[in-house]
Amino acid sequence: MSSLLTFVVALSLTLMSGLRGWHRAKSKSNLHSRPIYHGLNHGLWVALPMLAISSLWLISDSMIIKPSVLSELTQNSKVLLKDTDFRYLEITQIANGLLLTHTDDANTLQAVQSYLQTKENTDTFILTMLLVSGLLGFRGVNRRFKESTPAREQVERIVKIVLAASSAVAVLTTAGIVMALLFETLRFFQQVPFTDFLFGTHWSPQMAIRADQAGSSGAFGAIPLFVGTLLIASIAMLIAVPVGLYSAIYLAEYAQPKLRAYAKPALEILAGIPTVVYGFFAALTVAPMIVDICRAAGLSASSESALAAGLVMGIMIIPFVSSLSEDVISAVPQSLRDGSLAMGATKAETIRKVVLPSALPGIVSALLLAFSRAIGETMIVVMAAGLAANMTANPLESVTTITAQIVTILVGDQSFDSPKTLSAFALGLTLFCFTLLLNILALRVVRKYREQYA
Amino acid sequence: MPNNNASASNNMNESTRASIPSLQTTRKSATNSTQTIVRADNVNVFYGNTQALHDVSIDIQEQQITALIGPSGCGKSTFLRCINRMNDVIDECKITGQITLNKEDIYAPSIDVVSLRRKVGMVFQKPNPFPKSIFDNIAYGPRIHGIAEDKDDLEEIVVNSLNKAGLFSEVKDRLHNSALGLSGGQQQRLCIARAIAINPEVLLMDEPCSALDPIATNHVEDLMWELKENYTIIIVTHSMQQAARVSQRTGFFHMGSLVEVGQTEQIFQNPVDKRTHDYITGRFG
Repeated sequence: MSSLLTFVVALSLTLMSGLRGWHRAKSKSNLHSRPIYHGLNHGLWVALPMLAISSLWLISDSMIIKPSVLSELTQNSKVLLKDTDFRYLEITQIANGLLLTHTDDANTLQAVQSYLQTKENTDTFILTMLLVSGLLGFRGVNRRFKESTPAREQVERIVKIVLAASSAVAVLTTAGIVMALLFETLRFFQQVPFTDFLFGTHWSPQMAIRADQAGSSGAFGAIPLFVGTLLIASIAMLIAVPVGLYSAIYLAEYAQPKLRAYAKPALEILAGIPTVVYGFFAALTVAPMIVDICRAAGLSASSESALAAGLVMGIMIIPFVSSLSEDVISAVPQSLRDGSLAMGATKAETIRKVVLPSALPGIVSALLLAFSRAIGETMIVVMAAGLAANMTANPLESVTTITAQIVTILVGDQSFDSPKTLSAFALGLTLFCFTLLLNILALRVVRKYREQYA
Repeated sequence: MPNNNASASNNMNESTRASIPSLQTTRKSATNSTQTIVRADNVNVFYGNTQALHDVSIDIQEQQITALIGPSGCGKSTFLRCINRMNDVIDECKITGQITLNKEDIYAPSIDVVSLRRKVGMVFQKPNPFPKSIFDNIAYGPRIHGIAEDKDDLEEIVVNSLNKAGLFSEVKDRLHNSALGLSGGQQQRLCIARAIAINPEVLLMDEPCSALDPIATNHVEDLMWELKENYTIIIVTHSMQQAARVSQRTGFFHMGSLVEVGQTEQIFQNPVDKRTHDYITGRFG
C-alpha cells in the first residue's frame, strides 16, 4: 500500500518539477535551450535521485534487516550457522503471514517482532531519504535555473547514460548466465573427470540417490550426445541447404516481383510455426511414415528416429536459409549481372559464375546461422528422436541430442548436487561454446563480405 | 540552377574549341575507307507507356569511334543498350524498328542474344569487375564461350587482352589477386580488357570515364584510340571535349531523337541544326 503511495508521490513531484521548469523557461526570452528541455531537465533532476535512493530497497533486506535479526537471534538462542538461512526464511514467512503452522517458540516470536520492527524502521528511513532527495533535487535545479542553463546538453547526456545502461543490462545478463553455467559446470567436473565427460562413449546419467535405491552408478560420456546432435543437424542441413538455396535463387533471380511479394512472406510463415507443433508433426506423422516406408523396403526403423527429427528440423530451418540467402543474392549489384550478361553469358551462367560467388560469404553465414539453430533445437528432438543415447550413424535408429538430454535431466524433482543434475550445466556450457564458435565464424564471414562492396 | 548549368557548359565549351585544333595536329584523322557495320532504322523504344526514343536512324562506320552526345535523359544510353540488346533485361521495354549488325537484323527471332553479345561487347559507366582475381575476370568471357583451347591458350588471351588495355605492366605481378584491389581507372581498363578478350566486332562504351579522374580518363582515351584500329567503338559521353578528342563521327541526341550526326569536326564547328549549335555552345539547360 505504502509503495503505491510512494510511487504516486514521487511521480507527482517529478511532474511538478518538470512543469515548473517548463513554465519558468517559457516566460523568458534569450533561452539557451527550448522550454521543453528545461522541463525535462527539471523533471529528471527530481526523478533520478529518487530512483537511485529507491534502489536501496533491493539491497536493504540482505544488507540491513537480515544481519540485524540474525544477530539478535543468535544472541538469544543457539542456532547452528548453517541453519540461519532456513530460520530467517521461517521468520519472514511468519511475519508476512505465509506460514500457516503455529509456533510457540518464544525466540522465534521475538525474532518475528524484531524483523517487523527493523523492516518498518528501514522502510521509513528509505522513504524519508527518498522524499528528501526529491525535494533537494527540486530546489537545487530551481535555484540554478538561468536562461543560459544548457538544459539540452544535460538532458541529452542523461539520455545517453540511460541508453548505455540499457545495453549494459543485456551484456551483464549474458555474462551472468555464462558465469552461472561455468560455476555449476566446475562443480560437475569436481565429481566427474573432465576427460570422462568429453571423451566417454557411454551416457547414462541415472544414478542411485539413496543407498537402498536400485540404479546404475551413472556414466557421463557425452560423445553419444555429440554424435546424435551432429547426426540430426546434418540431416536437417541436407534438407534445408538445397531447398532453401534453390528457392532463394528462384525468388531473387527468376520470380516476378508480384510472386516474390507473396512467396517470401509465405515462406517466412514456416519460421513462425512453434517448434512444438513441428515436434508432434514429426512424432505423429513423419516418424510412422518412415517406419512404413522402411518396412516396405525391408529395413527396420525405430519408431523414433534421427531421420524423422532431422527431416522436420530441415523443413523448419528452410526459411532461415532461403530468406537470408535471398537478401544476400538480391544485394549483389545489378552492375555485376549486367557485366556478365554483356559478355554473352546466359542467365544461368551469370548466376552460377558471378552472382553466387559474389554472394557466397553471405550465404555461408546464413548457413552457419541455420546450423547453430539446428543444433540448439530441442522440442522436435525430444518428441521425435527418442531419448536413448545411442552412438550410431544410422539415421533409422533413435538417438538423442545435447538439448534433449538437458530437458530430461532437469524435468521433475531434482537434487541440485548430484552429478546427474550438474551434468546438464556441463552440457549447456558445451552447447553454448559450440554455438558461440559458429556465430563468431558467421560474423567473421559477414565482415569479410561487407568489405567486398565497400 | 539552370543558370549555373549554362555557365558551366559555357566554360566547357571554350576549352572544347581550344582542343579541336590540337586534335587535328596530334591525331591525324583515320582512314576514310568507311563501311557501315551497325545500322539503325527508325528505332523507337518504349518503357511502359513513355517513349524513350523516337525514330532513330544512324549508320555506324567500321573501325571508327562514334560518339553519342546529348543532355541527360536524352536517350543516348538507351540507344546504346539496344545495340547489344541489354534492354532485354528490362521487362517493360519495347523496341520497334530495325537494327542490323553486318546486315543481319539483331532482333530477328533467329538471332541468339548470347552470340550477339559475343560480337558486341560493352563497357559500363561504373567499373564493374567481378569479385574474382584479375586473371579470372579476363578469362571469364573466353571460358564461357569456350574460346581457349587449353590453359596456355587462355593465358595468352589474358595477357594479350591486358596488353591491349595497357594494363599488363601494372598488374603482371598480381594477376591472381582480387580485381577489387585495383584503382578506379585500372578497374575500368580491366573491364575494357575483359570486353575485348572475346574479340568482339563492336565495343559499346556507356560513359566509360564519368567515374574516373582526368589522368585515368586520359589513359582510357589513349586506349580507345589504339583499339579503333581493330574494333568499332560507340561511346556515350557527357563530356563534349571527350567526344571532340576521340571520335571521328558524332551524333547529337535530344529529347529521344537523334538531331544530327556527322563528322566530329563538322558537328563541333559547323552544326546544321540550331539545337546542336545551342548545345555545343552551352545554351542548353
